[in-house]
Amino acid sequence: MTDNNHDIEQPEGRVPHRVIGTPAPATATSLLGEEERTEAAADVPGVNLQDEQTARKGERAAALCFLITFLAAVAFVASYVIFQVGDVETTKTSTLALGGSLTLALLSLAAGIVFWVRMVMPKYSLVQERHTMASSSEVREQVGETFLQGAAESGITKRPLLRRTLLLAAAPLGVLPIVLLRDLGPRYKNFPEKLRHTVWGEKTKDGKDRRLVVEGTGAPIRAADFNSPGGILSVVPEGYEHDLDALAKATLILIKFRPEEIKSGTNKNWTHDGIVAYSKICTHVGCPAALYEQTTHHILCPCHQSTFDAADGAKVIFGPAARPLPQLPIAVDSEGYLVATADFAVPPGPSFWERGDAEAEVREKGGHA
Amino acid sequence: MSTGTVPKPIAGASGFLDDRLGAGNFLKRNLRKVFPDHWSFLLGEIALYSFIILLLTGTFLTFFFKPSMAHVVYEGSYEPLKDVTMSEAYASALQISFDVRGGLLMRQMHHWAALLFVAGMMVHALRVFFTGAYRKPRELNWLIGVLLLTLALAEGLTGYSLPDDLLSGAGLRITEGVAISLPLVGTWITFFLFGGEYPGEDVISRFYSLHILLIPGILLALISAHMVLMWVQKHTQMPGKGRTNENVVGAPFYPAFMAKAGAYFMFTFGVIALLGTFAQINPIWLFGPYTPADISAGSQPDFYMGFLEGSLRLMPSWEINVLGFTLPMSVLIPALVPMGIIMTGLALYPFLEQWVTGDRSEHHVADRPRNNPHRTSIGISAITFYGVLWLLGANDEISSVFHVSLNWTTYIGRVLVFLGPLVAYIVTYRICLGLQRSDAAIIGHGVESGVIKRLPHGEYIEVHVPPEASIEAHLRGKAPVPTIAGTDTDKDGIPPKGMRGPLGRLRAKMSKAYGGEKIPLDDGHGHGVEHGEHAQVGSGGDDRSLTH
Repeated sequence: MTDNNHDIEQPEGRVPHRVIGTPAPATATSLLGEEERTEAAADVPGVNLQDEQTARKGERAAALCFLITFLAAVAFVASYVIFQVGDVETTKTSTLALGGSLTLALLSLAAGIVFWVRMVMPKYSLVQERHTMASSSEVREQVGETFLQGAAESGITKRPLLRRTLLLAAAPLGVLPIVLLRDLGPRYKNFPEKLRHTVWGEKTKDGKDRRLVVEGTGAPIRAADFNSPGGILSVVPEGYEHDLDALAKATLILIKFRPEEIKSGTNKNWTHDGIVAYSKICTHVGCPAALYEQTTHHILCPCHQSTFDAADGAKVIFGPAARPLPQLPIAVDSEGYLVATADFAVPPGPSFWERGDAEAEVREKGGHA
Repeated sequence: MSTGTVPKPIAGASGFLDDRLGAGNFLKRNLRKVFPDHWSFLLGEIALYSFIILLLTGTFLTFFFKPSMAHVVYEGSYEPLKDVTMSEAYASALQISFDVRGGLLMRQMHHWAALLFVAGMMVHALRVFFTGAYRKPRELNWLIGVLLLTLALAEGLTGYSLPDDLLSGAGLRITEGVAISLPLVGTWITFFLFGGEYPGEDVISRFYSLHILLIPGILLALISAHMVLMWVQKHTQMPGKGRTNENVVGAPFYPAFMAKAGAYFMFTFGVIALLGTFAQINPIWLFGPYTPADISAGSQPDFYMGFLEGSLRLMPSWEINVLGFTLPMSVLIPALVPMGIIMTGLALYPFLEQWVTGDRSEHHVADRPRNNPHRTSIGISAITFYGVLWLLGANDEISSVFHVSLNWTTYIGRVLVFLGPLVAYIVTYRICLGLQRSDAAIIGHGVESGVIKRLPHGEYIEVHVPPEASIEAHLRGKAPVPTIAGTDTDKDGIPPKGMRGPLGRLRAKMSKAYGGEKIPLDDGHGHGVEHGEHAQVGSGGDDRSLTH
């Protein structure tokens, strides 16, 4: 691997007492100097053999450890056979038995080897020479010559047609993998359009406004039943209860206010009897803004703590989010259930490059964002 | 020392190999390769062994895991989730946890090993940084290391998302929110990554192939290169007795280092098994399947993503809309800038330092951190910056545990992220100089012996003796930080070539500030204040007998 000479150098007469950083004998933990220290007789300089008594002790300790490892490994196999899994309790037992025996086996093996190294093997303080990494200038020159010679022999320098056509051939080949990756994406290209619309804008199959249903149960919400001020519901679109792509944009947080609590930021035309629906998808990076503080009307996103004032159009009052949670226009259908009368006026969820200031656009058209 | 002959079976097998590979020449050079010893050299090994354990446990997990987002109805043996609709990935992660013997153990060990892998790399990188072990000729290995750290974060992120539980889904959603915020290419990247709209049905299987094939493949190749370079260039050593820039002092690869490394692997493995057995991690069955409509409060990423989480939380709201396009600065800045500063700073540091010090020589003896105070201060400063972000990534926990206002943790964090590194820099610089002075005092005055002597005129003094030889050598291993020679202006006030112009002047100035000897080791000699005590060192020969 290297041409370096790795022959072991003999230290000149004196052997360092110890290697800095290794645990030292008690005397060496003191900063005090010492005139002499006894050294075990060694045949090879830098190799200080252990005395026989220590070595024998080490051997016994290591052997005991290895024996424990053997037994623990057997216990592991036995545990695998004995302890079945299938529910929380049995899994717990099985994991404890398997993991416990594995831990014991490994740690005991490690300890055994440490006894072996520290008590049986010699203490080493070998010295090897280092050489500069760079090769000599003659070698560099030779290599340079060889390189030029080879280049000349190959004809690549003399024959531009060869060189240029080779480059020409290589260029498109390098592009192939990128071309192949095209179908990672969907076939359509109007990504921003997809982000601007949610299923709330679609009517149901029979042409009615889409109902709001409770997340989890899928039950439609009768406005008259959702009547205690301060109440809050997590709401999903009817028919899309399990469509994650739809939920990632269309999930709502539904809050019931006393009518006088609602401030100007909220579009009252889009509320029904003090019930307001906001997008639950945080405008920062898209976590569900799921926490609601009843007394202050604050909606809090647990990811990065963007805080929105639900009584005032869900405007941002703290945290990194830059835009309010979009409000969804809601009303009740003929049976008294809450429905969405239209899609969000602006794209819900995190910002993206092509989004633009959708809120300002809506306001320019005289609408309410 | 006669050692007998090699036993026949070994001689036969190695003869077979040597005939075909010529392995003898390699082994002759390398079997007794010397490895220097220091506790801090073991930190990188933690990362190395954790990686091996990750490969082992990860392979086991792939035998049972199904990287699919198809909807299935859970019919496994975990009662609370029976008949719940979930992705196949989550169902199979539950199956590994409750229906495969040792499956939960392997899952937990895999997760713990991942944390230890990244943590090991981080402390190893810090060791290399603070001891200047990245200096020539080891800059390439340093760059490989930075690349490894970056890849490890990507590997962690992709692996974390695979079980498709509610917690990992929150991480995935944030990843999407960050990706889509990128100017110009954000929506493209997102729609290509997710195969359409978020979350789609592709991302788990794509992350799976990244997580188990592509990234670990690159990691394995880079780790091998890292090891080969370390082997070829030989390890650095701490300063000490008999250690120079031209030698390496320590234990031979065979048998001592080999056995030690084996033991250390077993320790790492054992500790990970211990954690995997007794310390529950990522109990996915408690979180439930992922849905973009839900989240649990107190969601926290793995520790190595904490600094990104923290910087996202710290950022005040700021969004720019120009010409119909949106730049969500409150996502872009925190997601890209801190990571960029840290990773780019790490990668460039060896070269910036060379530019400032003008030092092109090889270094094989590591610096003690105190002996390059500016480098150490920069490092601690960076740790503080990272640490503030990391801590703020858990500001909701801090707020609830210590009953402080959540908003105030953020406000304070916004100040600390700038102020903390500055204070850390100044304090560290002072501490380094103080430690250098203490070294100089040990060399200059000797060590307090604990022996009190009464002088004829009644004064009591404590006898100082020279320090122990190996410790003195350790202290004397200090070399001044190089500076660019001849940065001074000549007689006519004209700076030398290359030092003209604003950049040159800056370089000369930085070189002077960064380099040089701040506290020379023989400092303390000739200072009158301590003269009476100091005089005793000269006659230390007599006094030493008192200590025995």
